[in-house]
Amino acid sequence: METKKKKGIVLDHISKIYQDPKTKKEFYAVNDVSLNIEPGEFVTLLGPSGCGKTTTLRMIAGFESPDIGEIYLGEEKINEKTPDKRDTAMMFQNYALFPHMNVFDNVAYGLKLRGFKKDEIREKVFAILDLVELKGMENRMTNQLSGGQQQRVALARALVVQPSVLLFDEPLSNLDANLRVQMRTEIRRIQQEVGSTAVYVTHDQSEAMSISDKIVVMNKGVIAQMGTPTEIYYRPASEFVASFIGEANYLRGTLISLDGENGVIEVLGRQIEAFCHQDKNPGDDAALMLRPESVTLGDEGALPARVVLSCFMGAYQNYHVMVGDNLIKITDYNPKGKKIYAVGDQAWLRFNPSDGTIL
Amino acid sequence: MEAKTVTPQDYRSQSKKLDRKKFWNDPILIAMIVIMVFFLTLFIVYPLVMLLSEALRSSDGHFTLDTIKETLNYVTFKTAFFNTLKLGLIVGVTSTVVGMLFAYIDVYVKTKTKILAGLFNVVATMPVVSPPFVLSLSLIMLFGRTGFITKSLFGLRTSGIYGLTGLIIVQTLTFFPVCYLTFKGLLKNIDPSIEEAARDIGASRMKVFTSVTLPLMLPGIGNAFLVTFIESIADFANPMIIGGNYDTLATSIYLQITGSLNKNIASAMALFLLLLTMALFLLQKYWLERKATATLTGKAARGRILIEDKGVRIPLSILAGAVSIFVIGLYVLIPIGSLFNLWGYDYSLTFKWYEYTFASGGAKQYTDSITLALISAPITSLMSMLIAWMVVKKKFALKGYIELVSMMAMAVPGIVLGIAYIRGFVTGVFHVAELFPRGQAPFWTLQGLYGTGALVVLVFIVRSLPVGTRNGIAALRQIDKSIEEAATDLGANSGKVFTSITLPLIKDSFISGLITSFVRSITAISAVILLVNPRVNLITYQISESANKGYYGAACAAATILILIVYAAILLLQIFTKYFGTSRYIKREE
Ligand SMILES: Nc1ncnc2c1ncn2[C@@H]1O[C@H](COP(=O)(O)OP(=O)(O)O)[C@@H](O)[C@H]1O
Ligand SMILES: [Mg+2]
Repeated sequence: METKKKKGIVLDHISKIYQDPKTKKEFYAVNDVSLNIEPGEFVTLLGPSGCGKTTTLRMIAGFESPDIGEIYLGEEKINEKTPDKRDTAMMFQNYALFPHMNVFDNVAYGLKLRGFKKDEIREKVFAILDLVELKGMENRMTNQLSGGQQQRVALARALVVQPSVLLFDEPLSNLDANLRVQMRTEIRRIQQEVGSTAVYVTHDQSEAMSISDKIVVMNKGVIAQMGTPTEIYYRPASEFVASFIGEANYLRGTLISLDGENGVIEVLGRQIEAFCHQDKNPGDDAALMLRPESVTLGDEGALPARVVLSCFMGAYQNYHVMVGDNLIKITDYNPKGKKIYAVGDQAWLRFNPSDGTIL
Repeated sequence: MEAKTVTPQDYRSQSKKLDRKKFWNDPILIAMIVIMVFFLTLFIVYPLVMLLSEALRSSDGHFTLDTIKETLNYVTFKTAFFNTLKLGLIVGVTSTVVGMLFAYIDVYVKTKTKILAGLFNVVATMPVVSPPFVLSLSLIMLFGRTGFITKSLFGLRTSGIYGLTGLIIVQTLTFFPVCYLTFKGLLKNIDPSIEEAARDIGASRMKVFTSVTLPLMLPGIGNAFLVTFIESIADFANPMIIGGNYDTLATSIYLQITGSLNKNIASAMALFLLLLTMALFLLQKYWLERKATATLTGKAARGRILIEDKGVRIPLSILAGAVSIFVIGLYVLIPIGSLFNLWGYDYSLTFKWYEYTFASGGAKQYTDSITLALISAPITSLMSMLIAWMVVKKKFALKGYIELVSMMAMAVPGIVLGIAYIRGFVTGVFHVAELFPRGQAPFWTLQGLYGTGALVVLVFIVRSLPVGTRNGIAALRQIDKSIEEAATDLGANSGKVFTSITLPLIKDSFISGLITSFVRSITAISAVILLVNPRVNLITYQISESANKGYYGAACAAATILILIVYAAILLLQIFTKYFGTSRYIKREE
């Protein structure tokens, strides 16, 4: 499949204001969102339900108009263009397949509108059905397909027109867990094969982690953080982000000093040096965020801990320990041969401070 | 971070501006809007406005309230006005009661056989497929001056059936099936456990009905009552045939016009009739319809324990069965009546009335009726789907206007529309044709429309548009908006989305709109009776003429043929939907 010239997307200080249907109050569904998506990049908008992900996506597609800000596709401003004139293709949460057409006609729809000849259309449709592994299904009506197959028809329908931008609105949320894992790898593979820029909306953090070049975490209409999956996971910008992406432990204390990205936090009388974002000042209340798998227990270490739960899970030993007032959850992988602590034991918390982030 | 909640007003202006720009980038939608607004304005709003202006204008063209005052003091008007209200109220009540009885038996009472259900079904569908006045015809043939029962069986020369009594019977029997179907739907939605709870704490069946069921249904009852009330007030054909001296507004207006009496007074009377139906319609639409849907939501969770008690079951079944058989008998009487030499005098069999209907008007009345109805049906159905689509799926400034006008048209009585068309088009739009020498008015004055089949087609369209639009809206609400968005997103413009996605998805609704509008058109009389002329003849007009002249055989023969045409059309529809309909692949809620 040949690829065409890729285009990036720029959102320049975009806001969207809606009126709450009940209270009649206006509110920012999307608030001052700026994004620069490189051509061919796979970017995920991640956040809890109602945080404005879909609205952002629909503004890119052209179904909603931003109240503030400008949207660019490549070099071109597209604010005034209707959705049918924008070179985007969207995959909807409920697939939105055309129920009166069979698989072939569903996929061919966009090509017909672009005036391709009959045999070209056949060729392209068959190629894309091959890619999404739906060969031989072209004459089925869409209600004769399983959820996963419908989802792939929707994907094929969007891909076949080779849009500059692919938009996904929680495309996997209607599938069961196994299929979800399988499909997300497939979406990623096909996107890379086709080379379109992709914007993907989800509220599932593991989906976002596994699929994206870049994750944009949103909360209440604003961007909470933007970065690679590793950055977001290990260097969250706020407790909201830290807790939304996986489990997070907090050792609360006071920021002593800050030099560039190196902060020193005092927790229970011990000073710990770790990465710190630059929006804090010495003297502020702060917390050292540690992921459960970055922490273990030992007979000596940084901070004293009392075990309140100890549970063998097979792949790991699960502990809950109290460090001062802080409840710390620990997943200690590959526990066979290690010393196992029981409830009530005194132990020491061990971690590498560079795995933590001061928030 | 807390989302802000207060916004400077001008912030939202950008999205409004962009939406406007996007709108102007959609020429097909704009074209559709222009066409619809033009059509609705010229063929619904304009004629009615002309009616208003006639009523407020003196003969030399000045504004005056004299006509209104004169009308209000006019005895004919006053009598007709109160007659109309009285009839409407009585028929509203009787139809509601009979409809409720039928619905209650259908939903609550365990009947031994399927016969009763079958009878109910026939009774409910007959009014849809027959011309509006056949029951009057049958009733006269049974109880009129030369009626089979009155004269032939008992030798009575009575005209007691003409007038209020006959009207109440005929209108009730014509309109109650609609109430029955409405109530049936509502009763099925009542959760049986609510009533069973009342039974458990010791309430009698009657008590449960009056204290639980009835209050739950109250908005629905009010709704059905008002709908029937409006139907009765707007009815023209029945009062014309069986009304005798009992003049209603609709018949008085007709007599004013045909009797060459004061045209401005006729306009004023039509205006009052229109205001009456509009007021009732608004009351029904914006007040009761909302309440009706608010109290009854969701479907019944499980089956109802049906009443088996003989003391309830048998009398109710017999009563409803008798009414059903009587109604069906009245319909059956039509083809029977067409086969006798001279009803009331000579009951020898003959086909002469069939020959007569073709001899008197030729086949023209049939071909005209069929042709005009066939032309108007596809236009009506397509237009109503378009309007429904624009109303449900699109946002634009004139949407409210389009929605309002196409719905309000439902409340315009046929006779009022007829007069409005005469006043609006006889001398061209805004009477401009008067400025030109006789017979030389240019095309754009639209004077040429008057007296043609085209004008009749327009009336047919206007009369059926609201029903089609309402069904289209209901069908479109079931289609997820993302399906059309997906098409747009892939590059389809508005027109393409409508033809390739929307219309195929509401094909069933489109086809049934086609049939409904064909049936409504071919059985229409009140709106077109004033527009019939030697160039345009219609079956319904011929039937009512024959009936008024006492040629019952001729009337029955023509009505039988009409019913057969309608029935054939419906059969065709069923075959058509079966093979081409959408229900094959779209799940629909029951
Ligand atoms: N058309 C609309 N009118 C009013 N409020 C809306 C509209 N669409 C979305 N919203 C509101 O805007 C907020 C963001 O919605 P959305 O973008 O759909 O969130 P998400 O996709 O992240 O779950 C929600 O509070 C939602 O209720
Ligand atoms: Mg969403």
